[in-house]
Amino acid sequence: MATADRIFQRSILGRLQNNLFRTASAWGSVVVSGLTTLGDVTLFASQMLMWMFSAKPKKDTLLPNFYSIGVLSLPVVALTGTFIGMVLAIHSYDQFRNMGMETRLGAVINMSLVRELGPVLAATMLAGRVGSAMAAVIGTMRVTEQIDALVSMGANPIHYLVVPRFLACVLLIPALTIMADFMGIVGGYFHSVIILGIDHAQYLKNSRDFVGGFDLFSGIFKSVIFGAIIAIVSCYHGFHCEPGAEGVGRAATTAFVQSFVMILAIDIVMNLMLRAMEFALWPGGSKLI
Amino acid sequence: MDESFLSDIASATDQFASDSRNVLVETKSLSLRFGKQTILNEISIAIPRGQTLAIIGESGCGKTMLLKTLVGLMSPTSGSILFDSRDINALTERSMTALRRRFGFVFQNAALFDSMTIEQNIAFPLRQHGVPKGKSASQMILQRLNEVGLPSNVLSKRPSQLSGGMRKRVGLARALILEPDLLLYDEPTTGLDPIMSDVINELIVRTRRRYEVTSVVVTHDMHSARKIADRVIMLYPYARLKKGESQILFDGPPSELDHTQDRRVRQFVMGEAGERLMEMLATQGRDESGRGDLDSINPHDSRLRTID
Repeated sequence: MATADRIFQRSILGRLQNNLFRTASAWGSVVVSGLTTLGDVTLFASQMLMWMFSAKPKKDTLLPNFYSIGVLSLPVVALTGTFIGMVLAIHSYDQFRNMGMETRLGAVINMSLVRELGPVLAATMLAGRVGSAMAAVIGTMRVTEQIDALVSMGANPIHYLVVPRFLACVLLIPALTIMADFMGIVGGYFHSVIILGIDHAQYLKNSRDFVGGFDLFSGIFKSVIFGAIIAIVSCYHGFHCEPGAEGVGRAATTAFVQSFVMILAIDIVMNLMLRAMEFALWPGGSKLI
Repeated sequence: MDESFLSDIASATDQFASDSRNVLVETKSLSLRFGKQTILNEISIAIPRGQTLAIIGESGCGKTMLLKTLVGLMSPTSGSILFDSRDINALTERSMTALRRRFGFVFQNAALFDSMTIEQNIAFPLRQHGVPKGKSASQMILQRLNEVGLPSNVLSKRPSQLSGGMRKRVGLARALILEPDLLLYDEPTTGLDPIMSDVINELIVRTRRRYEVTSVVVTHDMHSARKIADRVIMLYPYARLKKGESQILFDGPPSELDHTQDRRVRQFVMGEAGERLMEMLATQGRDESGRGDLDSINPHDSRLRTID
């Protein structure tokens, strides 16, 4: 009986040990592959930066990218910005009216938009509209040997394909963020003042008093980092695309998902950093309350 | 030491120097591996100026990899590639870019840039390396287009608006625009109808005659290899070789292909599956627990007979 118990215990312990090993090895491989990808992306980004500063990109590669990334993204960013501003007004109105502070709605909506929602929204739209397209285009070029053709004709693919896209994302995302901010403010104002009937003068006064230059700066600063993330992550996935239609599709999806997750993760870090900077510059400068 | 001996040494040295000057591309013990998989093993080839070399071999034997390695699109794991006596792996990025002006690469599916018109595609090397002095870009583009037999109205079209054969000819025009010293063709006739294949073969022959260009053509189209090549090399997949065997099974003029004693070369040249079909059916049989289609094989089927 005792022997049977020992065998039973040993088999349970053995299974437990096996499961632990399997789990540890699975997590280990996830960590290793994550670190490898991070290293690859860093190398890719450093190569891109080296090319950006060592050779001037040509106008005919820059302008089409500026047009497709900046100009063509404006309508969708403006539209979604308006909707977000209106939705914020809809959700916040009841809470603020209960406290008799509905005229402060402008401050809350505008502050949320300028500091957080504008840059994140513009970046999300850019990642979805432009990032996945960048990964798909570069991935298709990789699969159809167009990147090899570039190299064989003496063009560096990072200089030719990545640098213009990076510059377009980094330089034009602030404009898109300002557009999202502006249209969100217009949307919030429209719903609060025109539909809900909040006093126009009070609404504007509170908006002006509580939203300052640093808020605008922090939103735009974040957007530049988001633009860089979108360009680097998307181009990286395009360059490392697996062969075939499935590979291109996967590259496009992964580019969007990873850009989006990184935008949100880095947003937290940057918010903490900017907040610390704000406290250091203007101690005790709490705004809304 | 008598004078005749010294003069023999001098003439042998001169001969060697002239031979090495005559060689445009040379690979020395070139190997390419991906992880544990060996694609190319100790490949040594010297390609003299003006020669058209056809590299034949079954799919997966490393023909295209060899072609890409020759122009630095892939880095070899070991060994060296000499272009005009310069080791291309030792060159800086800038020197390599300058050297690429002397290469022209015709890709399997032409690899034209979708986002550009045909004119922009053909002009791309000029954009990268500049227009040669005393020449006009548009004149050069029209001349190359004419040489590959395409009308000038295709210039404003996009690659997606052209047929496969036309795209390959545009690819050739693009590769020729800077009059390269070395032209590389990756399966130029694959996927084309017999008539268009012959048009492409004819273009390769004419291009060689007109520009006296050195060409390397990767193909498994034996008709094409016989028509265009001065010399044929047959590569065999490394994984199927016996220990110590060279990956190059044949190296000689196309006329000697029919007289080779190597069974594998003769099978390839005649397009016979040989023991491969048996291997495939045996695998099928194993996968289906012995209930495969082996019973349905006609043992007298000529495709199953090996040549030996």
